Amino acid sequence: MPNPAVRQPRSPMAAPRSFLWSRRIFLTLLTVFVLLPVYVMISSSLKPLEDVSGKFAWIPSGLTVSPYFDIWDTVPLADYFMNSLIVAGAATVCSVTIAVFAAYAVSRYSFRGKRVFTVTVLSTQMFPGILFLLPLFLIYVNIGNATGIALFGSRGGLILTYLTFSLPFSIWMLIGYFDSVPRDLDEAAKVDGCGPLGALFRVIVPAAIPGIVAVAVYAFMTAWGEVLFASVMTNDTTRTLAVGLQGYSTQNDVYWNQIMAASLVVSLPVVAGFLLLQRYLVTGLTAGAVK
Amino acid sequence: MTTTAAHSAGERTARKHDPGAAPRRRRPGRLRRIGLPYLLLLPALLLELLVHLLPMVIGIVVSFKELTQFYIRDWGTAPWAGLDNYSLTVDFDAPVGEALLRSFLTTCLFTVLSVGLCWLLGAAAAIYMQEAFRGRGILRTLFLVPYALPVYAAVITWAFMFQRDNGLVNHVLHDQLGLTDSAPFWLIGDNSFIALLVVSVWKGWPFAFLIIMAGLQNIPRDIYEAAALDGAGVWQQIRRITLPSLRPVNQVLVLVLFLWTFNDFNTPFVLFGKAAPEAADLISIHIYQSSFQTWNFGTGSAMSVLLLLFLLVVTGVYLWLTSRGRKAADA
Repeated sequence: MPNPAVRQPRSPMAAPRSFLWSRRIFLTLLTVFVLLPVYVMISSSLKPLEDVSGKFAWIPSGLTVSPYFDIWDTVPLADYFMNSLIVAGAATVCSVTIAVFAAYAVSRYSFRGKRVFTVTVLSTQMFPGILFLLPLFLIYVNIGNATGIALFGSRGGLILTYLTFSLPFSIWMLIGYFDSVPRDLDEAAKVDGCGPLGALFRVIVPAAIPGIVAVAVYAFMTAWGEVLFASVMTNDTTRTLAVGLQGYSTQNDVYWNQIMAASLVVSLPVVAGFLLLQRYLVTGLTAGAVK
Repeated sequence: MTTTAAHSAGERTARKHDPGAAPRRRRPGRLRRIGLPYLLLLPALLLELLVHLLPMVIGIVVSFKELTQFYIRDWGTAPWAGLDNYSLTVDFDAPVGEALLRSFLTTCLFTVLSVGLCWLLGAAAAIYMQEAFRGRGILRTLFLVPYALPVYAAVITWAFMFQRDNGLVNHVLHDQLGLTDSAPFWLIGDNSFIALLVVSVWKGWPFAFLIIMAGLQNIPRDIYEAAALDGAGVWQQIRRITLPSLRPVNQVLVLVLFLWTFNDFNTPFVLFGKAAPEAADLISIHIYQSSFQTWNFGTGSAMSVLLLLFLLVVTGVYLWLTSRGRKAADA
């Protein structure tokens, strides 16, 4: 808990009324803006189909939980869910592991090309996804033709793609975290006979757990929410939620109540994870930018 | 190939200024010690090469080829096209070039408005919430919800809200407030630009809020106290202390927001489906459509390369200008 003394008002003078009133109005309006879609999502997911097909109503005419049962039958949502879990989970584990090694090297060793490495890796972050969508599509198709390893349309290809999406930022965040672990600790471990990897896993990783958790949540969210590559690189059996959710609109009907229910269900894992771990994640996300 | 070159290069530097870097005990051989950092970086490097750099090189090569659907299975055999793809995309009198130019200008306007609004909301909220008050913690958590929600779930909800006949937006504007004569369409026609902007700001501002809030914590409190003693009111403190102190944070933040917004594909794709209306035809969607609907990868790649060049130039100029400004301010 932060020291209460630090939390005092910024100035000894009381804030003027103009400040307090404008703050009240601004934050109220902003809260309405932020929560409006959340309210629509929750309330519409509990409405019968007639309600969401006709004029919008703030208050549902009747409440029903049937959309939450129907969503699993209208489209194979459970399969999409599973695909998303496998893809995002595997991408997270791989991305975090690889980032830990890379960040360790950058944080603890001096070597030629260090700056080039960090700058290059970070700058891949700025390239638009569309730029390597086409070539990656070609590469995966050709690797498949040449070696028989199916990357295009498979979960493996998607995992490979997603883990590199979160990798640059993960490495960057972890470098910050590892830098904040005192060097004396791992030097001491090395004196005690740990090798470089021993120092990493016995000393640095345990001390940087909050950072690693933050990176994991970030990597998972990235993979869970990606749309562009999911829409091109998956087929019927490997489809993820990002694409599968569009299956609720048919030629004749759009099941808006089911779409809202499904949106809520697929959001729960990431929103819950994010809010539970927000303390770690926020420090991790912001540490780099503020430095 | 790259690795071996890097190895010997690394050996040279390591020899030059290694002494004293680490206590010399139990060293299992010089080569292993020097190679270790590269070994640790290897997986990350390989993956970045495969998924980012190699595709980029191929993308550049393909942009000089006439790659249509007949050659996809074996794209190496596609005939060379020279600069044809480029001259086609920048011929602004012809339909392809004209559409690209319009999409580019739309994206520019959209990005400026979206980044500006995101920054404004984020900065205002962060500054208003700098001091503790009752409910601040809850508000902060609520404000992060748009950032935490998966893009498609959030944007599909907005798509529902923007429906002409059964959406919330028309219900409020038309039925309840009576602001319009007839219920307007939001997801087709010119209004789609506004719809896209609203969704983009809703989704993007919490990130600005987060970063600015972290930046505010780095401002030493005594500056405010000294200013207050000198008689500066809250508004003056914000103008004279808070905003100037945020400068370095803003430099990174605005750049990141710019790149994300300019390249945004997810929001328009989920909001409008595969065919975005002309008024909201962002560049990523435009390239996607030109490539995957006509299966003309050569032209699509040429557009991508031009986009990359544009982003590189803007980023370079931006960093140069802002760093110069900062140095001048520091001196």
